[in-house]
Amino acid sequence: MEPVLKIENLSKKYILNHQAQERYVALRDVITNKAKSVLGSKKEKVPKYSEEFWALKDVAFEVNQGDRVGIIGRNGAGKSTLLKIISQITEPTTGKITINGRVASLLEVGTGFHPELTGRENIFLNGSIMGMSKKEIQSKFDEIVAFSEVEKFLDTPVKRYSSGMYVRLAFSVAAHLEPDILIVDEVLAVGDVAFQKKCLGKMEEVSGHGRTILFVSHNMQAIQKICTKSVLLKYGKIIAIGDTDSVIEEYLNTNTNNQSVYEIESLENESTMPGFITRVQFEDLNGTPVNEIPIGRAWQARITLKLNRKVEHFITGLGLVTQFELPVCTSWTTPKDLEAGEYEVLFTNEDIMVTRGIYNIVIGLSENKVAFQYLDKGISLHISDVSDLVKEERIVNTESGLLINQMKAKIIRK
Amino acid sequence: MINQTIIEPGGKKRNYWKDLWKFRGLFYYLAWRDVLVRYKQAVIGIAWSVIKPLLTIIIFVVIGKLLHTVVPSGVPRAIFVCTAILPWNFFSTAFSESSSSLLANSNLLTKVYFPRLIVPASTIIVSLIDFVTSVGLLFLFMIYYRYVPGWSLALLPLFLIQATMIAMGAGIFIAALNVKYRDFKFIVPFIVQFGLYISPVAFSSDYVYHSDKIPGIIKFIYSLNPMVGVIDGFRWCVLGGGINLYMPGFLISIGISIMLVVLGVWYFRRTERSFADVI
Repeated sequence: MEPVLKIENLSKKYILNHQAQERYVALRDVITNKAKSVLGSKKEKVPKYSEEFWALKDVAFEVNQGDRVGIIGRNGAGKSTLLKIISQITEPTTGKITINGRVASLLEVGTGFHPELTGRENIFLNGSIMGMSKKEIQSKFDEIVAFSEVEKFLDTPVKRYSSGMYVRLAFSVAAHLEPDILIVDEVLAVGDVAFQKKCLGKMEEVSGHGRTILFVSHNMQAIQKICTKSVLLKYGKIIAIGDTDSVIEEYLNTNTNNQSVYEIESLENESTMPGFITRVQFEDLNGTPVNEIPIGRAWQARITLKLNRKVEHFITGLGLVTQFELPVCTSWTTPKDLEAGEYEVLFTNEDIMVTRGIYNIVIGLSENKVAFQYLDKGISLHISDVSDLVKEERIVNTESGLLINQMKAKIIRK
Repeated sequence: MINQTIIEPGGKKRNYWKDLWKFRGLFYYLAWRDVLVRYKQAVIGIAWSVIKPLLTIIIFVVIGKLLHTVVPSGVPRAIFVCTAILPWNFFSTAFSESSSSLLANSNLLTKVYFPRLIVPASTIIVSLIDFVTSVGLLFLFMIYYRYVPGWSLALLPLFLIQATMIAMGAGIFIAALNVKYRDFKFIVPFIVQFGLYISPVAFSSDYVYHSDKIPGIIKFIYSLNPMVGVIDGFRWCVLGGGINLYMPGFLISIGISIMLVVLGVWYFRRTERSFADVI
């Protein structure tokens, strides 16, 4: 049996032009540059800072009929570029892709939705953009509407929809495509949780019909749930390919850059913000910075921040989130009115014991219950499974669950 | 084997025109969208496509009368101006819309595949519908002035096709350039405005071609504007015997129209594959 999708040494090169400040080329630049190179002596020649950048390099894999393939990797690993090439939006620099069957790509929910048009009109427009014929759309129209749960607003322009309704309608159209190969980019990140579940369910149902799916997501849980096979990309190269569980494992292991101190990059608008975080440090209870926390050990997070002005009812919150995007716990400081200046906020954790792994740390600052800074990327905490506490038997089993604290338990004779 | 697609660098050439046909549904829907959106929330809706040329015609008639410009004898001035304003308005809206269409639809270009030519081509439809509605204006003038056109009116669609070719050719050429060089965003309104003055809207081409005061070279340059041929053609169709079609000028205009289409399609096809990366 021939694979439905065959990718052979695929590469994509972009030229990064460091000289150009503008995002697009103005004719003026071309003319002046040409003029300079004609007129100018060598000394005056404009140096070129263009640099080659390989978004993908020698990528090759095959996908068989009915495979559900997850594509994972950090930002900039080349996932989206890969999907764009497969969807024929951009051309590869080298290599070859052979596709047997009809492809539908869902790189965005509601591509081509027009705010002035009604829900009904947008279903037809979006459907045809996604490659459905008029007949197909008509035959599935009722189903699409029912799935989207927006029947009542079908004749309202979508500019008056709530963002939730908008996403539901858009996804419903996409969910009713019937391609042989469905390509999905991180589109489930939007929408409410209940609807996300419904979409995941629909996708599973779809794949149950033997459809092939290529799925990009940062949500490992979704990948794990849907995909049978996964590809891990890093800097445009495949570094792991195989069954989903082992590839995710590999991803989680390579995803970390153990650090005890995170210097937070300065923001453009930080002078106009009430305040901002400059640094986050993880340490043990003695205040010594640590890269990893042995499982079960107490640790603290020391957050350095600067307030530009007096802030009333100031609260700092810190949350722990798993790599599967599951929030574990969040703690807050008690509200305080603070003068401008530099502060340190210390969160000490002695009681909550989480299992080994990497956790994303989310930090938020707020004034009068309105958040003005929210850091949810780039900071992670590594809990290692090497610990003397296991020997001390305070921890019965490190694999017992996300939380490994023990409840009080006893047996009573009746 | 069902539907095999092969993606290779520099590929997609062989199936392009086949794909274009396959995506004709999308062409229809994009045009339909533009038509729907154009007059949404406009109370008098499509009436605008009559009012806009009407106002322009009134201005041209009033100024023409004040300046005593020459109008062929026996032809009402309003009809004389109308026969030029209608094709000119069609050209100018079709040309401006199609040349900015790729930028306006950049979200589509970066998210879905389809032959990109569909985008500028579909915008022509809106202008075409506007044009057809505004032709009603011409008939109203004819009824008002009791002006009976000759058999040549039947040839009007041919000149409409020529105007479409000009607007399309220039439109897709500039649309493709616009993706990389945003300067054309500023050049297009200028071309449209300037073109109105050098096209025979307020005056007659007869006057230019048969004047002794105008040197031959200027006459030649004048005839290079393909819209001259279209407007002369429209006048010839509607006003019939009163107007002579100047054949050399007319042939140049047809030649230029064909060249524009070839140039537009050639450049568009050449740059099309990098649109998503550049836009």
